[in-house]
Amino acid sequence: MRNVLAIIERELRAYFSSPIAYVVLTIFVFLSGIFFRTILSQVMQMGLVSQMQAQQLGPRPMDMPGMISRGFLSTMSVILLFMIPMITMGLFSEEKRRGTIELLLTAPLTDLQVILGKFLAAGSFFVILLLTTCVPMSVLYLYGSPASGPILTAYLGLLLYGLSIIAIGLFISTLTENQIIAAVISFGAIMVLWLVDVMAGSAESTTKEVLTYLSILSHLDDFTKGVLATSHIIFYLSLTLVALFLTYRSVDSLRWRG
Amino acid sequence: MITVENLTKRYATKTAIEGMSFHVEKGEILGFLGPNGAGKTTTMRIITGYMPASAGTVRVDGYEVFENPIDVRRRIGYLPENPPLYVEMTVMGYLRFVAKIKGVPKQNLNNEVARVMERANITDVQERIIAKLSKGYKQRVGLAQALVNDPPVLILDEPTIGLDPKQIHEVRELIKELAGSHTVVLSTHILPEVEQTCHRVIIIDKGRIVAVDTPQNLRFQVQGAERIFVEVRGPASEVIAKLRATPGVMEVRKVAENDGSNRFQVEGELRRDIRSDLARTIVQSGWGLLELQAASMSLEDIFLKLTREEEEEKTGA
Repeated sequence: MRNVLAIIERELRAYFSSPIAYVVLTIFVFLSGIFFRTILSQVMQMGLVSQMQAQQLGPRPMDMPGMISRGFLSTMSVILLFMIPMITMGLFSEEKRRGTIELLLTAPLTDLQVILGKFLAAGSFFVILLLTTCVPMSVLYLYGSPASGPILTAYLGLLLYGLSIIAIGLFISTLTENQIIAAVISFGAIMVLWLVDVMAGSAESTTKEVLTYLSILSHLDDFTKGVLATSHIIFYLSLTLVALFLTYRSVDSLRWRG
Repeated sequence: MITVENLTKRYATKTAIEGMSFHVEKGEILGFLGPNGAGKTTTMRIITGYMPASAGTVRVDGYEVFENPIDVRRRIGYLPENPPLYVEMTVMGYLRFVAKIKGVPKQNLNNEVARVMERANITDVQERIIAKLSKGYKQRVGLAQALVNDPPVLILDEPTIGLDPKQIHEVRELIKELAGSHTVVLSTHILPEVEQTCHRVIIIDKGRIVAVDTPQNLRFQVQGAERIFVEVRGPASEVIAKLRATPGVMEVRKVAENDGSNRFQVEGELRRDIRSDLARTIVQSGWGLLELQAASMSLEDIFLKLTREEEEEKTGA
């Protein structure tokens, strides 16, 4: 366990001693701020309209904080899709390029410890990224009283979703020595998993079901609505495990190929 | 300490090493000598457990590399050809990380890092960022990394590459100091290095062992005769006759002539020092002995000869 912690610590230090951490954090905070403001004003406008309608047609209840948080957090899931490849691109590719992989693979560590260390390091950085969204979200608590349940489940959903994308990015970074290539391929792979249900549009019913199931974003909807469904949790966890297993096999083959 | 049996490594398109067997005693310094691409690095990577072999076994301190990789790696300090440095870290931070992944207990961490920095003579740069260090310092940080946790076996792939002559000397002295308490396997293509530091040499070429012996014995083996140059002031034909009559001498040839003195090449029996006999013969005959010099073959010659013989065998077959 201490070995894994040492690797996590080193990876996190590496993030913050290169520009990557600061660039990703800055861009993410900037974008989330802009989107929060946009969504906020849209919902406010809808609120005004419905107030006017209420005068004529009688009052209709409207959960404004809930609408804002739902809209905001599902937008975040799309932005994260672009950010996570930046976090994972160097995890193995940089070690390969610099030759430090020889240190890790000849130290008294198992491959699993190395992989877990890197996965958890990227996961920790992702959590930091996610925590920055608490700042705009706190506005909702300051000026309103949103239901906390759906917000917590949305965060849990985002966490599971992020970890599964990180695992995919981790696997892809074992395939190349070039972190730009790792980022581009990860990005492509995630895009395919995102848009796979769009392709499903014209397909046969069974195919359509399968493709919709594979879509990485569709499983997030229920979380943002405050529904905790085991099937969605299992989807993200199994995607994570499959990607980590592929990473494990890939590191093993790295040894064979030299 | 290290036993390698029948080691073979095949890549998809080529065979890197084939049927390699050797043994390294505890406390010994073994040198791997061979041209680039001979299979030195591959052999070392297999011993350290970085990559598995296609066939054959490697045992380090009784543990088989493939079956007990962690036990083997705990006993090995490895310096790869390119020192595996996280260049954004400080020397201290890097060595602390290495100590942690090598399982140095927390309470010993500072002492252990201080010890290896002392050993590799890098204490004065401990706070510096590795990226900003000179090549020589980087190489020594790599060496310090291999020494962390004081492993009984050290595998050093070209440890003196990129160092200036003074640093090369320091590293060689360090390796010699480590011998005895440590078993050292080092690779190089610099021949004097092997002669100066190693107890035994393995010459490899194209993935096969061409020769294994002490540097001295290798010289005898290849040379076939002791060769001595003498410069004598005296009549050439008489000198040749007299020298030929000296016991132990096999062949005498005149190789040069200048200003009344002649230079001869004398070949004597192997492992027999005939220099004093030659000197006595010349002086007793009343000639002037201007120079007498034993010309030993350098490892360089031996190496070229061995690898060339290998080549000829193959084309002949």
